[in-house]
Amino acid sequence: MTSVLTPVLTAQWDQPGCFTLSAYRQSGGYQALATALAMPPDDIIAAMKDSVLRGRGGAGFPTGVKWGFIPQGDGKPHYLVVNADESEPGTCKDVPLMLATPHLLVEGAIITAYAIRAAHAFIYVRGEVLHVVRRVQQAVQEAYEAGYAGKDILGSGYDLEIIVHAGAGAYICGEETALLDSLEGYRGQPRLKPPFPAVAGLYACPTVVNNVESIASVPSIVRNSAAWFADMGTEKSKGFGIFSLSGHVTTPGQYEAPLGITLAQLLELSGGVREGHRLKFWTPGGSSTPIFTDEHVNVPLDFESVAKAGSMLGTRALQIFDETTCVVRAVLRWTEFYEHESCGKCTPCREGTYWMVRVLDRLERGNGTDEDLDKLLDICDNILGRAFCALGDGAVSPVTSSIKYFRDEYLEHQKRGGCPFDPEAATVFAGGTR
Amino acid sequence: MPFSDEARARLDADAAQIISRYPKPRSALLPLLHLVQAEEGYVSADGITFCAGQLGLTETEVTAVLSFYTMYKTAPIGEYHVGVCTNTLCAVLGGDQILAALREHLGVADNEPTADGRVSIEHVECNAACDYAPVMTVNWEFLDNMTPQSARQLVDDLQAGNQVTLPRGPWRLCTWREASRILAGFPDGQAGDGPAAGPATLAGLRIAKEHGWTAPDPPASEAAAQASAPEGNAR
Repeated sequence: MTSVLTPVLTAQWDQPGCFTLSAYRQSGGYQALATALAMPPDDIIAAMKDSVLRGRGGAGFPTGVKWGFIPQGDGKPHYLVVNADESEPGTCKDVPLMLATPHLLVEGAIITAYAIRAAHAFIYVRGEVLHVVRRVQQAVQEAYEAGYAGKDILGSGYDLEIIVHAGAGAYICGEETALLDSLEGYRGQPRLKPPFPAVAGLYACPTVVNNVESIASVPSIVRNSAAWFADMGTEKSKGFGIFSLSGHVTTPGQYEAPLGITLAQLLELSGGVREGHRLKFWTPGGSSTPIFTDEHVNVPLDFESVAKAGSMLGTRALQIFDETTCVVRAVLRWTEFYEHESCGKCTPCREGTYWMVRVLDRLERGNGTDEDLDKLLDICDNILGRAFCALGDGAVSPVTSSIKYFRDEYLEHQKRGGCPFDPEAATVFAGGTR
Repeated sequence: MPFSDEARARLDADAAQIISRYPKPRSALLPLLHLVQAEEGYVSADGITFCAGQLGLTETEVTAVLSFYTMYKTAPIGEYHVGVCTNTLCAVLGGDQILAALREHLGVADNEPTADGRVSIEHVECNAACDYAPVMTVNWEFLDNMTPQSARQLVDDLQAGNQVTLPRGPWRLCTWREASRILAGFPDGQAGDGPAAGPATLAGLRIAKEHGWTAPDPPASEAAAQASAPEGNAR
């Protein structure tokens, strides 16, 4: 029988104390590190290319290809930076992974650093998740004590320092070049690309920036082979990923499955939309990915199929909203988020998000005008592709997609002179059960 | 108030340790700001001067960085700082009602401490725990599946000095200053406390086990080499 869910990264999460080194080793942990250190680094990069693992932080760039961009023999220090600044609205996979099995990340980071010939690996973890910071700090400390980090790792002659670096509250630092500026001790503002971090990253040296889930997938690929990984998933979206179900569903949570699973399948497994209600709209991969509706529940959740249907796979953050939710309110709130988090560096994003909030607020209150929807779309047109980084592109996604699917609901606000929805009805505590 | 000689000596030693972690000193600025926040509860003018002195920067350069990040406070806040997620998903599921209830209950604005200095509140953006919405934090520890009632009870307990139970955190809730010190890179020894995962985190794994679903076995040659590993057959 085909397994609909395929726990790999999540497989040990229910084991007591799975965050400790001893528990991790009992489940086969750090065997992949020993295997990797016996391999030439280029062979590990080749294996990652063969696996066709695509970055799990949202963009989906092939991880092995990214590693292969690091120039070798260039005489410069190389750096690995793990992007553990999970903060895309709806995204909640890296945080539980680091809380439950931080060694999976640490082992993956050591293997990756060895493959790209880095002597320093940084784990940039967002600051607002204190117990995660503690667990990652402890895992790194345990790795040093066990000889998996520091000088001459497992007698291989390879040296690596691992630094856990806590952020200080800024969504934009999840953007890889903003993260690098932040890690260098500056305001977290994105850099112009090219040059890409592989050429001029941290301290202007070749740097790989990878998401937590990407790095945590490395040990299993080294252990079980690239072919094993590539056998899962779809033709161009290989392997497994964590799907995070949240919102108006019976059983929110983390579901690890091959790429290509559908929302319909996930809802069937998890008990569906909360009782007595029906699906209205959802995000396939966080708030920066255009929303879907109940028409899209059978779209395979892989990079190509989601793109073909007009959105992006993103971080597989499936935020589910039922018919009690006002889409205008939802989009206003997301837009307020982007306005708040815009770093201010470029005009389209800084000014565009500011004005979109004003227009959306007016619309939600029922004071909008006939021109407001066109005005919003015009602002979106001036942000999309014109902003300095992907934050601006993300900010237009909820606006344009909601107008596409729910134009009538926007107009209804204007017609009634107010919001037709009762916010109490959408809460988890007013309606009784989830 | 400038740091005492004793505090200054202690901060100098901590700062030296932080700076030594990094290939380039300026990378230490964010943890140094967490460090001075741990000392005073917020980043004061003296804290800024201290960071600038450690790294050979001007106070203006430090302030420019400080003002970019929401976790640094430039005025005193509560000993227990409470965050309420009001990003879309949490807001819709009840975060807006929770924040309104707390504002009314405590009568304070965002980042303004209660008269006893015990509690402050702030609306926060998505905190990566959406499967536990509505989500709150206290000194950056998770509080899951909150309601206006449980939120009011929480701040009452914090003000009264009652013990607060954290669903996915340490047994003992640390203070705001202690939390800041951990963020500066000085662990408090509580990493082993608390569960590995909450119920929602395990939802998919539980269902997979009920159905006997697993990832495929590795190819035969690798499987033989890894036969001693329990992971391959346990799931």
